[in-house]
Order: sequence, then C-alpha cells, then structure tokens
Amino acid sequence: MRAVRLSVVTAAATAAALAAVTGCTEKSDAKNGDAIQVTAADAKCDTSVKSVPAGQVTLKIENKGSKATEVEILFPDDRIVSEKENIGPGTKYTLTAEVKAGSYQIACRPGMKGLGVRQKLTVTGGKVARRDPRLDKAVAAYREYAQEQADATIPKVQTFADAIKAGDLEAAKKAFAPSRVGWERTEPIAESFGDIDPKTDTRADGLEKGQKWTGWHALEKSLWQDKKIGAEQKTLADQLVTDLKDWQKRVGKAEITPTSMANGAKELLDEVATGKVTGEEDRYSHTDLSDFKANVEGAQKAYELLKPVAEQNDKALTTNLDKQFTALDTLLDKYRTDKTSDGFVSYDTLTKAQTKELSDGVNALAEPLSKLAAAVVK
Amino acid sequence: MTNAQDSTEGTEDTGPAAGGSAPSRRSLIGWGGAGLALGAAVAGGAVAMTRTGNDVDPAGSDTSGPVPFHGTHQAGIATPVQDRLHFAAFDVKTDDRAAFVQLLKDWTRAAARMTAGHTVGDGAYGGLAEAPPDDTGEALGLSPSRLTLTIGFGPSLFDKFDLADRRPDALVDLPQFPGDNLDKSRSNGDLCIQACADDPQVAVHAIRNLARIGFGTVAIRWSQLGFGKTSSTTPDAQTPRNLMGFKDGTRNIAGTETDRLKKFVWVGDGDGSDWMTGGSYLVARRIRMNIETWDRTSLQEQEDVFGRDKGEGAPVGKAKEHDEPFLKAMKPDAHVRLAHPDANHGATILRRGYSFTDGTDGLGRLEAGLFFLAYQRDVRKGFIPVQRSLARTDALNEYIQHVSSALFAVPPGVRDKDDWWGRTLFSKEA
Repeated sequence: MRAVRLSVVTAAATAAALAAVTGCTEKSDAKNGDAIQVTAADAKCDTSVKSVPAGQVTLKIENKGSKATEVEILFPDDRIVSEKENIGPGTKYTLTAEVKAGSYQIACRPGMKGLGVRQKLTVTGGKVARRDPRLDKAVAAYREYAQEQADATIPKVQTFADAIKAGDLEAAKKAFAPSRVGWERTEPIAESFGDIDPKTDTRADGLEKGQKWTGWHALEKSLWQDKKIGAEQKTLADQLVTDLKDWQKRVGKAEITPTSMANGAKELLDEVATGKVTGEEDRYSHTDLSDFKANVEGAQKAYELLKPVAEQNDKALTTNLDKQFTALDTLLDKYRTDKTSDGFVSYDTLTKAQTKELSDGVNALAEPLSKLAAAVVK
Repeated sequence: MTNAQDSTEGTEDTGPAAGGSAPSRRSLIGWGGAGLALGAAVAGGAVAMTRTGNDVDPAGSDTSGPVPFHGTHQAGIATPVQDRLHFAAFDVKTDDRAAFVQLLKDWTRAAARMTAGHTVGDGAYGGLAEAPPDDTGEALGLSPSRLTLTIGFGPSLFDKFDLADRRPDALVDLPQFPGDNLDKSRSNGDLCIQACADDPQVAVHAIRNLARIGFGTVAIRWSQLGFGKTSSTTPDAQTPRNLMGFKDGTRNIAGTETDRLKKFVWVGDGDGSDWMTGGSYLVARRIRMNIETWDRTSLQEQEDVFGRDKGEGAPVGKAKEHDEPFLKAMKPDAHVRLAHPDANHGATILRRGYSFTDGTDGLGRLEAGLFFLAYQRDVRKGFIPVQRSLARTDALNEYIQHVSSALFAVPPGVRDKDDWWGRTLFSKEA
C-alpha cells in the first residue's frame, strides 16, 4: 500500500497519459489564442470552438454552476483523453492535452455524476488517432484478470475472517498471506479508487490523524505482535470482508488504459522496491515474499498482455524484460518453503546479502519496465 | 617530449594542441612549466590545453570547464585533483559477455557526454511524456565542473567471462595487513568508477546515471562520497590538509612529472599484460579516523606521530614543507618516516584520496576519515610494501583503522569516439 495522497496523484497521472494522447497539464507553451473556453454550469457546457488543429489543445474551464464539476475530453467510445475532476463552483481550471486528429467530445459532468452535458469537438490535420485493436484486447483481458483476482480473493479473505471470528490464532495466521495475493497482483487498480486502499491496506505509519486503523495490517499486528484476538479484531475482520467486496464490485469499472497497465506494472515493482524488499510491508508477519511474488506476477500479467505491441516497437526491451522476469522468478523460487506450495520463507530469515540480491533483481527488472509505457504508445 | 607514445596519441583529441600551436607560456604556469605537453595533458587533463591561444589564467582558477575524456591514459589519475568524489564499486550480475561489453560501450558514451557537460541520452526533459527521461536531471544548468570518470576492473572480474588468463600478475589479492578490520560488504567489487568533480552534485549525478544504465548487468556493491581532496597532483599549489589537520600529499607525484609518472604510475610495455599498457593500478582504502581521541592528543604528540609540524608541514628539523625530510630526525614510528620512499626501497605511489564524513556512528563519534586512493604501476612495488611497513609500526595506527579495501586494474584511456572502456581487455584483436 502507499500513502493515500500518492494514490490519487498516480490515478490522475495515468488517466491523463492515455494511449493516443500525451497527457500534459503543465506544459507552458500553449498559446492563449488557441484555448477553448469552456463554460460549465449545472445544465450546460458551452464551448467557444468546435474545431481545433491537432496538437496541444487547451481548455480554459470556468464552473459557473452550483456544484463541483468534472470536465473531460472523450473519444467517441467514451474513453477518456484527459480530464479534470472536482472543479469547484465559481472556480477556473486550465486543462491541456496532446490530441491527434479525429472526433471527440467535451463533457461537463455537474456533481461529477452521469453522462454529463456534451459538445462535439473535431480535431483536424496531423496524425489521425487510431486505436490498436491489440491494445483494446489487452485492456479487456487485463480487466478480466483484475476481476478474477478480486473474485478469487473474497473466499480467501472469508477464510481469514472466519478464523479470526473463531478465535483461532494459528489458522488466522496461516490464512493471512494467501488472502492478500489477488489484491497484491492488481494493487494499482485498487489504489486508483482512492478510498479502498486506506481502509484495507494501510500500515500503522500511514495513518492520518484521526483515521481509524482498519484492514489487513491492523489484524496482522494483533495476530503476530499482540498474539490475541478480541471483539475488536472480529469486527475488523468483518469490516475487511465488506471493504474487499466493495473492491470486487468496483474493479470492473476501473479506468484501465494500455498506458496505465504499463505504468501499473512498473508501480507494482516500485511497491516491491520500497516496501517489500525492505520488510516494511508485513513487518509483524514477515510474509513480505508472498506479497513480493504477487506483485511480480501482476506486473508480469500486464506485461504479457501488452507484449505483442511492445515487441513490435522495441524488441530489445521485450527481450530484456523476458530475461529479467525469468531471473527474478528464479531468484524468488529459491525462497519457497517447498517447491509445490505457494509459501515463502519468513522475511526476517533472509541475510543482508540475500535482500541485496533481491533488491538488485528488482532494479534490474523495474528499470526496463519503466520504458514499457513508451514502447506501447510509440 | 620524452614520451613519444604520449605525444603522438593525444593530438587527435586535445583540440588546439593538434593544430601545432604551442601552448602559451602563461597557460603553462599552473602546471609548473614545460612538462605540460607530456603525459598529464595528453591524459585528457588540461583545462589549460583547451584554452591555448586565449590569454586566460589556466588551471587552478577555472574549476568549471570540461576535462577532455579521450587520451592515452584515463583522466582522473594524473589530471589535477578536483574537490569532490563519488566512488562506486559494482558487482557484475550477468554471465553474458556480450551484454557486459555492451554496457561498457553504453557507459563510455554516457561518460564522454557527462564529462563534456552534456546530459545522458535524450536528456532530462522534452522526450515522450509516458517514459522516464534518459537523464535524471539534477546536473542541468551546472558546469562540467572538471568531471572525470575513471573505470577500474577488480580481481574478481577475471573469474568471469573466461578472463582468468588475462588477469595481470600485478593484480594480486591484497594481503591481510595487521590492524585491518575490513567490512566485506563495502570492500572489493568486480569493477569501480571513480567520479571526481568540483561540484558534488555533478559527481553524484554521474554515478547515479551510470548505475541506472547498468541495472540488470551490474549492481552497486558499495560507494563512498568524498570531499576536501587530501592530496594534490599539482603540488606547487597549496597542499591540502586531511581531517587530522595535517598537510597531506606533500611530494606527491605531480601531473606534470612525466618521468615519475612513467616510472611509478603508468603500466609500460612489457610489464606483463599488454592490454594494461597505459593503465595503472588503483588501491582504494576506507580509513576510519578516531577523530575524538586524536583531538585530545597533544600537539607535540600529533607532530611526532606524523613527523611534520602542523602549521607549515615541514619535516622534523626543517623549515619548509617541501624541504627534504631527514628521516632519522623523526621518531622511528613516525608516519612520514615509515611511508617515505627511502624507507621502502623507493616505493612511490600517486595519492588521490579524499576526506569523508558519513554522519556519526551511533555512539556520537564522527564517522569520518580518509578515503585513500592511490595509483601505481605495480602494487607489489607500491602500496603493498608501504602499507606493510606502516601497518606494523606506524604511530598513526592508534588513531586510524582500515575498514574497507579494494584493488582495481585501471585500463588505458579511451582514445577516440569509437573506442570504449575496456576494449583492450575484451577485444581479441586488441
């Protein structure tokens, strides 16, 4: 898990950097004269221009309505090119995006709900935005994968919760790591919702003032450090199941793009690099290697789905990524408790040299993986 | 031009010198005279050389310009010592020889760009929005700061890639010296990069970017930051002081002393491994100082320990720093007496060390000392005999401890833009 604030930023950044688009909300070289004035209100969405040349498009948005609004540039099939949420009543915002030729819509969504009020926008000249059916397929397959992972998680987390409610400390400990695998494989999606991750996967030091500590790690501390299960833990277990069912329900609606898949894969390795390889994530149970493996598997899934396109654009990169995924898998296999189970040795049994080797392996994979998004959109 | 090899090799890349115009007299001043056109300058050293014809104050005052990357010898050895250091030792993580050679080529290209003050690859911004920039960006807007990048190959590298028969005899395993307390996790390494610059950010940027390019092929094993050079290759300039407050590097080999460089620093033809001709051997030792007990030591004791006075740096019984020391006037266990070439059958090394301070050690003691770097033609005739003599009886041992150690074969220079670090080792035809 990462800090909430960061999750939100990440989600926004991936939403802005879509396949056919270079999301760019900070570039300063937009000419004022080119800007499209967007006047949003509770029931209207007026745009000053209906047609612009391809390239950088600037939206000068003013919300004259009574509710916070959201303004989006959309492809005809409703995929988002670029968006800005939460533009408060009476406030202004400048949104810029790199847009290729084609037909688009500008949508204002007062209250940030529903389809919103829409205006057509034609982008002329330059390169035509073309969708790659292989990438559409990859996104669809990844969405399916994310749903499968969430579906498979529910019974496992139920087993974990049941053991806690039965007061069975050992059974609960045993069910802890497996209950996290599906989540860890698809973590960037869960984090993109913003509100689920803080409830389920926050660590003690990630709590904001006044925030109640709920979720896996609160239970982890009870089981391993306090070694007790009380009424409080039973409530937390129920809560965890409820929160994860919410996640299960929403996974299908997650904003997924080829770029966010690629960046999500890299983020999974970032999770490993900052939290798991240091033993910080599961500091009481020391089941970090199980999370580690799940993160790598999730990254590999996203990569495999994007590979046909990435390979065509950057063969050297995919050759290297294949090699590095294999190398890291081989390295992790050394730490399985036995060759047939999914269990891993306790993180605190690793020597410093072993964690260094794992860290080197993560860097070796994450560095080329950071170039995957570029290879996909090239 | 006593060194014919040097004088012919360097001309392609040292710019103005190639045109045949002799450096102006003023441009030689900072270098101590006419020795300039030889080894050191050709090694890619001279700021002065790039300014030939411009009547400007040469080396010394200009600490911002680039140091030529190409030359017979690698820059960063005999070239003027910069103020800051970032030294990194790497482990090789691949058994794929072609991948490692490709890394050496990629590194060479990046090193040539960075030492010239350019960014790595396509730069730090302006590229694809979806991709991380090639360059990390923290050196944008900074001058080249005389950055030099120097590569070395450790003994363990020769166990890989079928290189065992190319390991030079001179690249021995260093013996265990009395008093050594070595931390293996920050000793040795398959290879090293020494980054020196006058701006620490420039040196750190260079190692960071090379490490990044290397992920998957190599991994940083350990690294050390250094400040306040503790010796000089331009001994006519003010001799710097170490953290004990004493001048260090008096009588060090100067970058202009072609004959001494040739005799003591550069590996010559017939020294045993042809691929090393023009190279050198580097010893790196992290020497922790017991700063607090040293500071409680009387001035007399401090001066006796070194065999020099603290103010001027003059040897015992002499008036000036550069006066010839009379060793017998010093205490038998004085540092200078034991380290002096006369006490070691003439053993002479080129020192290029830096002070380091890595905060405090958890006991409130300064985690500080000397990061000792010494270049020599053969460690068996350089560092080893000197350190044997020091480790046994040096009075300074009470105040210092060697905590990390490494030895590297530093190959010759990269000759031109088509050449690359380690070519003479890895190319069969070389």
